[in-house]
Amino acid sequence: MSTIEKVPTPSPRKPWAATPIDRAKTAGILAAAIVVSVIVLALTPLSGKLAFAAVFFVAYLIIDFAVSFAKAGRAAAVDSVFRGLVTTAIAIAVMPIISILVTVWIRGHHGLHWTLFTMDMHSNSFTDPVGQGGLLHAIIGTFLLVIVAMIISVPIGILTALYLTEVRGRFTRPIEFLVQAMSGVPSIVAGLFIYAAILIPFTKTVNGIQGSLALAILMIPTVARTSQEVLKLIPEDLREAGVALGGTQWRSVALVVVPAARSGLITAMILGVARVAGETAPILLLTGGSGTKNFNVFSGSLGSLPNYVWQAFSAGTPESITRAWAGILVLLVIVVILFTAARILGNRKVGKK
Amino acid sequence: MAIESEENQGDEMETTAAKNSLSDITAARLQKQPGNSALGVGLEARGVHAWFGEKHALANVSLDFWPGTVTALIGPSGCGKSTFIRTLNRMHEFIPTAAMAGEVLLNGEDIYAPGVDVTKIRLKVGMVFQKPNPFPSMTIAENVLAGLKLAQLKVENKDDLLEECLERAGLWSEVKDRLNTHGGALSGGQQQRLCIARALAVRPQVLLMDEPCSALDPGSTLRIEETISQLSSSVTIVIVTHNMQQAARVSDYTAFFLSDGGPGQMIEVGSTNEIFSRPKDERTENYVTGRFG
Repeated sequence: MSTIEKVPTPSPRKPWAATPIDRAKTAGILAAAIVVSVIVLALTPLSGKLAFAAVFFVAYLIIDFAVSFAKAGRAAAVDSVFRGLVTTAIAIAVMPIISILVTVWIRGHHGLHWTLFTMDMHSNSFTDPVGQGGLLHAIIGTFLLVIVAMIISVPIGILTALYLTEVRGRFTRPIEFLVQAMSGVPSIVAGLFIYAAILIPFTKTVNGIQGSLALAILMIPTVARTSQEVLKLIPEDLREAGVALGGTQWRSVALVVVPAARSGLITAMILGVARVAGETAPILLLTGGSGTKNFNVFSGSLGSLPNYVWQAFSAGTPESITRAWAGILVLLVIVVILFTAARILGNRKVGKK
Repeated sequence: MAIESEENQGDEMETTAAKNSLSDITAARLQKQPGNSALGVGLEARGVHAWFGEKHALANVSLDFWPGTVTALIGPSGCGKSTFIRTLNRMHEFIPTAAMAGEVLLNGEDIYAPGVDVTKIRLKVGMVFQKPNPFPSMTIAENVLAGLKLAQLKVENKDDLLEECLERAGLWSEVKDRLNTHGGALSGGQQQRLCIARALAVRPQVLLMDEPCSALDPGSTLRIEETISQLSSSVTIVIVTHNMQQAARVSDYTAFFLSDGGPGQMIEVGSTNEIFSRPKDERTENYVTGRFG
């Protein structure tokens, strides 16, 4: 006979969660702040949404501070105010992004039509009604430009990062400085460089590869810097373990360090793509904006989404502007698809830390 | 007998630590004759100094590692034990500011001689690190066999080698059903034994262990110690440890290191029994009895 009595398992609770009273208090503070803001706006010459937001923000912080102070003292009040500040900062940071996405959707979704993905613009003009012609040529062009730029810049960027973190040769410092400086190069400068170095003296015409080269110039510093940060995070222990097993430095880096950093290196690549996918200035200068499908990056004018958007806006009719917004929407969706694909690739088959 | 004559000469011998250590080892050799000639002549450090930049970290250590024995290096933090162990397989030079002096002889040949292939040295003198560090991108099986890939070695039957190494590291029965899963899912102790198996796969003559149990719980520590005992017949083991009971349990010889603010030095070496029961140097006695450190 068992002497141990069976104790029923208690149901899990969260004693630290906000109680209804806490929630009511938060709601009360919010309401009080709104009331104060309305009164202040009525009594003073201040007016408008922005003024309301500013007054509300200050009023909320003061009331929040006072309530916390009365309840739990100074430390808790300061804690509470900082929580308010941080929440506000996040709201301010996120609002423009959400606003952009919402605006693009509202203006662009009228222009979405299946012909966008099946037709190009060779027999249509931007002022034609939506539903005639499409941006297949621009999607193809953007993909080609970005992929060729990636093929050029990802190996160079990652090898540069390996030089900076693994080889640590004599030129580490100057190269690090150069990479940092280059990541601030305006895209038009990269475009003008290729324009002056290749288009004017040699090709004398627009084509895709010139655009890819300019994009690669912009991508390399981003890829190199991000890869460098990722490689720095790989514990020294792993490098030593690789070398201690009788590997040369090259084999240790290739078989241990780079695989361990794989998902981070893919993130570096994504950030590089993000830097250039919507770049417009160098593309306007270098690739032309053909309305016809072109699969050859080495010759002929190559249309692209940024160029399509620019041309559609320039046309200035309601139809063409709807087309432009739809183009932006498609570009955003493509960037999201690229990111998601890269994330999935990056996370696949990588072991836990 | 040898031990007693050694003790009679003790006073003279204390004049220089280096001389002392050599005689002690000689005495110890007479006491225990492993004589496994398949393991080669052994590893000998001769007047090893080490620097990090301007800092003189280790001074004049001479110490022999007899084949098929376990030698424990003990001493308080910052006394140069880890620095010393890293000079034995040329991992010391991995730190950019590092410098060294002296000789380390492996099978009678200086591993720091010009023209020596450092990767070959590290194949013969393997290393297990303080923190378990399995390669995160590899499965358990790939981890064990990683050395073959890194050093580009060819093996007849990889499956046999895999089983043998995991068996010797005492891990086979625990992982045999999940060889193709990632090493990260193992416990800390299992990860460390995986690292031991990985080090064994390239068939090293000497295995250096730099505080291999300091990040592990007592149960895993015990398991690693059993592994060390089982390995000691086939591999020469040098182990750095902060745990004196561990040194007493696993080692045949013990060397005591100490820094008096300057570079770390080896104060005394002898059979583990001797060091823990009747050390010659007062500082060793203070340390092993727990009066400081």
